[in-house]
Amino acid sequence: MISEVLDKRKQRMERLKKIRSRTKVHCQISCPECKTEIHKAELRRIGEICPGCGYYYPMTPVERIRFLEDEKTFREMWKDLVSFDPLSFEGYGEKLKQLQEKTKHKDAVVCGIMKMEEIPVAVAVMDSRFMMGSMGTVVGEKICLLTEYAKRKKYPLLIFSASGGARMQEGLFSLMQMAKTAAAIEQFQKAGGFYLSVLTHPTTGGVSASFAALGDIVLAEPGALIGFAGPRVIEQTIGETLPEGFQRAEFLEEHGMVDKVVKREEMKSIITTLLKIHRKE
Amino acid sequence: MTAYEKVLMARRKERPGIKEYIELLFDDFIELKGDQLGKEDGSILGGIAYFHSIPVTVIGHRKGKTTEENIACNFGMSSPEGYRKALRLMKQAEKFNRPIITFVDTPGAYPGVEAESNGQSIAIATAIAKMSALKTPIISIITGEGSSGGALAIAVADRVWMMENSIYTILSPEGFASILWKDAKMASRAAQMMKITAHDLKDMGLIDEILPEGKRAMTVLEERLDQELTLLMKIKPRTLVQKRYEKYRYIEGDYRPYKE
Ligand SMILES: [Zn+2]
Repeated sequence: MISEVLDKRKQRMERLKKIRSRTKVHCQISCPECKTEIHKAELRRIGEICPGCGYYYPMTPVERIRFLEDEKTFREMWKDLVSFDPLSFEGYGEKLKQLQEKTKHKDAVVCGIMKMEEIPVAVAVMDSRFMMGSMGTVVGEKICLLTEYAKRKKYPLLIFSASGGARMQEGLFSLMQMAKTAAAIEQFQKAGGFYLSVLTHPTTGGVSASFAALGDIVLAEPGALIGFAGPRVIEQTIGETLPEGFQRAEFLEEHGMVDKVVKREEMKSIITTLLKIHRKE
Repeated sequence: MTAYEKVLMARRKERPGIKEYIELLFDDFIELKGDQLGKEDGSILGGIAYFHSIPVTVIGHRKGKTTEENIACNFGMSSPEGYRKALRLMKQAEKFNRPIITFVDTPGAYPGVEAESNGQSIAIATAIAKMSALKTPIISIITGEGSSGGALAIAVADRVWMMENSIYTILSPEGFASILWKDAKMASRAAQMMKITAHDLKDMGLIDEILPEGKRAMTVLEERLDQELTLLMKIKPRTLVQKRYEKYRYIEGDYRPYKE
């Protein structure tokens, strides 16, 4: 009798343990660098930075925007643009569908307007989860629409890049997006617009060699891989291993290729200051 | 001919290079070197010349024919200094209202340590952006391999033409195959899927015209250059820039289903 009661209690405890461990898995994440555990909500509050070692968790576009905007001022634009799969490329359509379901976005960039300390800003944030943040016709088109919108409204333009380059599955259409976006930025800047480009991990290939490189001011997140050619391609070409830190944000700063490496903790305040300095009134 | 056979054809050493085009189409060519920032990049050849009686600026990739030349111009793979030289010459052309004619033939921008350290991305991005707004006519001819941003960096133009056996592509079919299928030997299949031949690209509206090769090549090219330059030089610079902007802005043409 007594043993029966004890058994039942034991079983109940086991069940509870299981539920607890499941909740823990759900809400706690452990840092890939130093294994420090932290609650998801807390991590979001402090900008997706590990309190143990300073590791930067990748941020989704929405997380990035939430972190920067004056509360609830972001309004997304052109969110329903979908690739027309110009080459009818084998398997590409299904891949897009899968990612659209997974990320809840139609392609690799989120655009819209928000306010930062009351200043309206046209903002784009790329999403490296979506086919490595590659630029095809949708990314190109949205960047152009946003840039033209900012030009008309005389808003500053803020773009967070994160991209493996051009989207191969859209062939030469993707290469043309480099010309298209660079041309839009050129017109925006000629009209006096202020474009602030922030390079995050990774920014390479066709994106790094078009709109991302063209900021009036170019900032970079610490440790971000930034370059035209990928490190693997370079290693294959020159037949040597690359030095530690090559093509990282700090390396670019040292070689005079970005204005400033900015810690994520300081990103918001530096952006705000730059927006204020360039405000036109 | 399969797409990959075209790729091999586009890479043939026997094809006319920038030097032949200059010799056969222009008079009094004077080469101008250097980026005026510290380096001369042999993979891009530039200068001024007469086309018929019109002063023009000519710029093109140079691969070289002999091994020695190949090495001297890095097989047509440019570094930032090359793109900066090209842009310097283009701005000079704009100042003196000279039309620009570019000849594109490159396996891509050079993937090297020094090229990256010296700002390969910035050099290409700047060349593309500035070309899009130059107030002088630009005609670009893809003569062999037009590969990646390294090709586009001198090919943002009012007219983009392709020699019939040239290719224009986002990256080499070998590179494409090794990224997508981890197997460079699938290049032939990649070439087919990528739609990189002159005819495919003309059908999709991404280039303006296909030019014949063979005996008539230079005659036809000379004639077309004469006709189009005459036409483009009559257009007001502001209109020219506006039209060039729209050309790229709406490059998807009929494919473009987007509406604001
Ligand atoms: Zn950590």
